[in-house]
Amino acid sequence: MYRNLTIRQKQIVWAWAFLALPVLFYTVIRFYPTGNAILISFQDWNLLGSRTWAGLENYEKLWNDPVFWKVFQNTFVYLLLGTPISLVLSFVIAYHLDRLRFMHGFLRMLYFLPFMTSAVAMAWVWRWFYQDVPIGLFNNILAGFGIPQIAFLQSTTNALPAVLAPAVWAGLGFQVIIFMAGLRAIPTSYYEAAKIDGVGWFTVLTQITIPLLRPTIVFIVVFSSIGFLRIFDHVFNMTTNNPGGPLNATKPLVLMIYDTAFNGFDMGYAAAQTVVLFVILLIVSLIQLRLLRSN
Amino acid sequence: MKSHLKGLVLAGLTSSAALFASAANAVEIEYWQYFFDARVDAMETLIANFEEANPDITVTMTHFPYADYRTKVAAAIPAGEGPDVVQLFYGWLNDYVEAELIQPLPADTFPADEIDADFFPMVQAMKDGDAYWALPTAVRSLALFYNERLMEEAGLDGPPETLEEMMAAAAAMTKTDAAGNITQVGITAGMTAQDHHWWREGLIRQNGGEPYTNDYRTVNYNDEAGLAALEFYTNMFLGDPPVTAIGFMDEPQAAFKAGRAGMHIDGSFRIGSLADQRGLNWGVTELPANADGTRSNYSSYWVNAITTKAEGEKYDAAVKFMEYITSDEAMQIWLDVVGELPAKPSVGMTEANASDETFGPFIRGLEYANTTKFANESGQRQLMVEMVERIQLEGMSPAESLAIAAEAEQALLDNYYAE
Repeated sequence: MYRNLTIRQKQIVWAWAFLALPVLFYTVIRFYPTGNAILISFQDWNLLGSRTWAGLENYEKLWNDPVFWKVFQNTFVYLLLGTPISLVLSFVIAYHLDRLRFMHGFLRMLYFLPFMTSAVAMAWVWRWFYQDVPIGLFNNILAGFGIPQIAFLQSTTNALPAVLAPAVWAGLGFQVIIFMAGLRAIPTSYYEAAKIDGVGWFTVLTQITIPLLRPTIVFIVVFSSIGFLRIFDHVFNMTTNNPGGPLNATKPLVLMIYDTAFNGFDMGYAAAQTVVLFVILLIVSLIQLRLLRSN
Repeated sequence: MKSHLKGLVLAGLTSSAALFASAANAVEIEYWQYFFDARVDAMETLIANFEEANPDITVTMTHFPYADYRTKVAAAIPAGEGPDVVQLFYGWLNDYVEAELIQPLPADTFPADEIDADFFPMVQAMKDGDAYWALPTAVRSLALFYNERLMEEAGLDGPPETLEEMMAAAAAMTKTDAAGNITQVGITAGMTAQDHHWWREGLIRQNGGEPYTNDYRTVNYNDEAGLAALEFYTNMFLGDPPVTAIGFMDEPQAAFKAGRAGMHIDGSFRIGSLADQRGLNWGVTELPANADGTRSNYSSYWVNAITTKAEGEKYDAAVKFMEYITSDEAMQIWLDVVGELPAKPSVGMTEANASDETFGPFIRGLEYANTTKFANESGQRQLMVEMVERIQLEGMSPAESLAIAAEAEQALLDNYYAE
């Protein structure tokens, strides 16, 4: 049978033989659970009993749940604050670091270090920074000057930015490295031509550097957007006593899913939230790819 | 999956390994609980004693991290694997019964009227008609921990007996810095810890109310008693001057452990971690009474039940094992090893136990304790947390915030019991 195949057909057979492993792997650990999650979102299940058909009930409940809309809003605040701030910061750092020769490697390492640190450990250290007197670092400094303390995490307005700050800081190192790679990839001949023409640095930046960095920017925006839309470990670890609090001020969608599933044991409702998150991630990524790719 | 489970079972075998080998022909039953060092140690002792008395029965214990517990039980029992006797939180009973994971205890070995008489009354939450579904070995209650050094420093003679004395003592032990920040609290506060239990079953009842009616299916605290209880509570950190701060040193128990809190309300399970704290001189007393001397407490517990998997000779062995782990002897062992309180007054209220300096206040508290039947404990606690936050962070009036919490909790209960 195999002997009768042409070389081209044999190549295809072998290609599929090798591809079978990753295909099987993805089917079992990605596609099957995804399909199952979508199925559960139309059912009622408390992890113990049998699953019962619920139709669109879970989605109706979601639509009418004020906590969901608050959480939905928070998720986008994380995205809309986190992505631009980290993009601008990492670009500025990479742009200047790229021109620096003195202690270049050491500084690059310092920026990259937080990315290698466990998010849990980092969140707990920042959680300590933010505490009230007598233990919190920031408030102890303020108190040292006789300034009344600031409620960082115990506030409905300050808590979200306070939680976001370490998340931005943690991702910065990775984005700086990617930006520097992008900057290095721009051919020097463009800069030489600009120099001969006597163009100012601002024009070089906006006409040469940024346009040629477009693929890098697309990658970073999509990558960090997905990261901020899925933010969980920083929030959970900084607010474990009252996850996503106070008054749901810091709760992102993923935390709501976790809470519904593993504290409320309402798997159907949690799965419906998961499907919504999946759709949001898909739409946001598609929009970004479309916007940033076209000329 | 099957071999994986067997591996876990073998891994769970520790001290009983020798007995396992010698009694290879015996009936073998499995016992599951979640992992907590002292609980595993205590259960190993109980199993060893039980096997000595019943050489024809072997009990193998398996334990899991708390977070995986429910998922594993749910997956194993319907598949005919897993435990014959299982430990579960009292609040999960409904779910386990409805999912047909456990079966009622036989009425001839566990007659309901005898259990009603022998056990502390809150255990009756495990009864359905004439049969008990599950029974605890040990129970937990709340008490007031106090820091002896800070008490002395503030010139206080002894721990407070009433709520009024408690507030006065807290005021005496509160310290602030030049900027007006609290640097030492008189008493810890936080609905995220045990305070929501104290508020529900303690303060509301002491103000003449009843937090729930209709077997904990109807919220009943949106009244004068509930409001008085809530105002008493919020007054601790919103009063002038405040005697505590929410979130002080991150967690109430951390503040108390660090010696920065004069008093702290917590469960009997805290005793172990405080006992190991060097340099902390602490005592414990019953929850303070109201002006007419009424006290009220909250109690919770883990229970053991026979699963639907146990049949035939395994069922008989499981019944025998259940009988032993709910016996007086087992309760005393559990108290000595784990520090959790006996579930029967005949063991708990012995002279030695009830007058014990550390366990006494908790055990005496059991006599006037109530057990909230939660539909979703963390969800219901969250509503209490938010009730206080609306007042503290958004300046809402206590009456309004109380009404919102009551409505939300009723909706949660309705939703749960509708299924």
